[in-house]
Amino acid sequence: MFDDFFIRALVAGVGIAIVAGPLGCLVIWRRLSYFGDTLSHSALLGVTLAYSFSLNIAFSVFVISAVVALLLVSLQKRTKLAGDSLLGLLAHSTLAIGLVLIGFLSYIRFDLMGLLFGDILAVTTADIGLVWIGGSIILIILYFIWKSLFSATVNYDLSAAEGMRPEFSNFIFTLLLAGVIALSIKMIGALLITGLLLIPAAIARNISNSPRQMIVIAILSGILSVVVGLFASLEVNTSSGPSIIVVALILFIISLVPLEIKGQLQKR
Amino acid sequence: MNENNNLLVRLKDCGVQKSSKWIVKGISLEIHKGKIVTLIGPNGSGKTTTAKMALNILKSDEGSIENYSTKMAYVPQKISIDWTMPLRVIDFMNLTSHINKDEIIEALALTGVQHLIYDEIHNLSGGEFQRVLIARAIAKKPDLLVLDEPVQGVDFNGEIALYNLIKEICIKLNCGILLISHDLHFVMSATDHVICLNGHICCSGSPKSIVKNSSYIELFGEHNAATLSLYQHEHDHSHQTDGSVKN
Repeated sequence: MFDDFFIRALVAGVGIAIVAGPLGCLVIWRRLSYFGDTLSHSALLGVTLAYSFSLNIAFSVFVISAVVALLLVSLQKRTKLAGDSLLGLLAHSTLAIGLVLIGFLSYIRFDLMGLLFGDILAVTTADIGLVWIGGSIILIILYFIWKSLFSATVNYDLSAAEGMRPEFSNFIFTLLLAGVIALSIKMIGALLITGLLLIPAAIARNISNSPRQMIVIAILSGILSVVVGLFASLEVNTSSGPSIIVVALILFIISLVPLEIKGQLQKR
Repeated sequence: MNENNNLLVRLKDCGVQKSSKWIVKGISLEIHKGKIVTLIGPNGSGKTTTAKMALNILKSDEGSIENYSTKMAYVPQKISIDWTMPLRVIDFMNLTSHINKDEIIEALALTGVQHLIYDEIHNLSGGEFQRVLIARAIAKKPDLLVLDEPVQGVDFNGEIALYNLIKEICIKLNCGILLISHDLHFVMSATDHVICLNGHICCSGSPKSIVKNSSYIELFGEHNAATLSLYQHEHDHSHQTDGSVKN
């Protein structure tokens, strides 16, 4: 069944979209889109390290993203720079280190475009297993810390006062974000992962009125973007990552229509 | 039941330091079941900080905190819900524990906002949201309830009704209440123990004894104090600008 590279890409992509849905909603609610960007930029460093020491790519990306997230927390405590400056610092320096290292690895045939923008041809049966097993683990952990994470997103003090231990769940959430980036780097590419997290959730925000509804719609529009994007990429021979994101953008524009109609009706 | 079984929180000589400046210092207080403790004091006197210590949100940099409460509920002073989240009142009521729908409606009815149950939080007015916040805390049936200026933005009639409700809840749930309030009339008439804060505890005691206290009169001005008490005493200490005691 998984003989065809296209089926493999489809199965892996849908898996990623399901995991990206709820995490993307949290990224939007917590205004963490730039944080997601930083993690995914550092993912490139993770990939080059994986090649250098012949490690598993997803594992190496996960470790590097987690280290960058921890670095951010400790820098925030030590310096007087604002969060966004520190994120920029980490994003670009890890990206630069990654690119410099690639230069040293000239003996390996490197598909830089594939790393940055994703490559459906590269998805193996093992990758599918990784996406679905890893994705399930992420979702199960998310399920258990949901109440705490969600209440802390609404109000940290309230959550802390009422025994939800938000500090712990915030930390776990950072690791889950690193995890989803590690799972999707091969498919979507380092530069566009945040797009797959953000845009489906943004679509969902336009047309939902409860948190649960927003998550469900985010998952569905993520799946739709992946499926249509991959077919388009096959049809017109474009990179898989950008095709998926462009489809997501089109869906976002469509999702503005009901919002617009509602606005017009209220004016009358 | 002996005295100790009723104890919910005990702060002993607690304080919070921020970049080498003490926000509050030397705070000792106890909250018991069925009793209302009020914190009063000017802006920046450390009322919210003290409440957060009692709630275990802030760690005390000195002294010790004992917390025997099993279920705390909190009505924070300022809370802004991000518009990026589509949150309805009913979702908000279930935020930190699962409460069944009948109880949610009942609690919302107590604060007069049951008709808003499916409204989005960010469409509520300040006063309406405040009522939802109080309803949420009540619906949790806590044994310790901390209310930080709970009636801000609520209309005049509503204010009186909500204060009466708070008193009622205290008796009905037999819960301890820590209240921060600027409404001296309510504080003096309905609470069991009053603590006057200004970076430290200026004075504390029953409302009756507090209105006679010179520190209280100094903090709130002769006029306000006089509306509640005819007594005046000599000041036993005076304050520096940061609220600490001048020697």
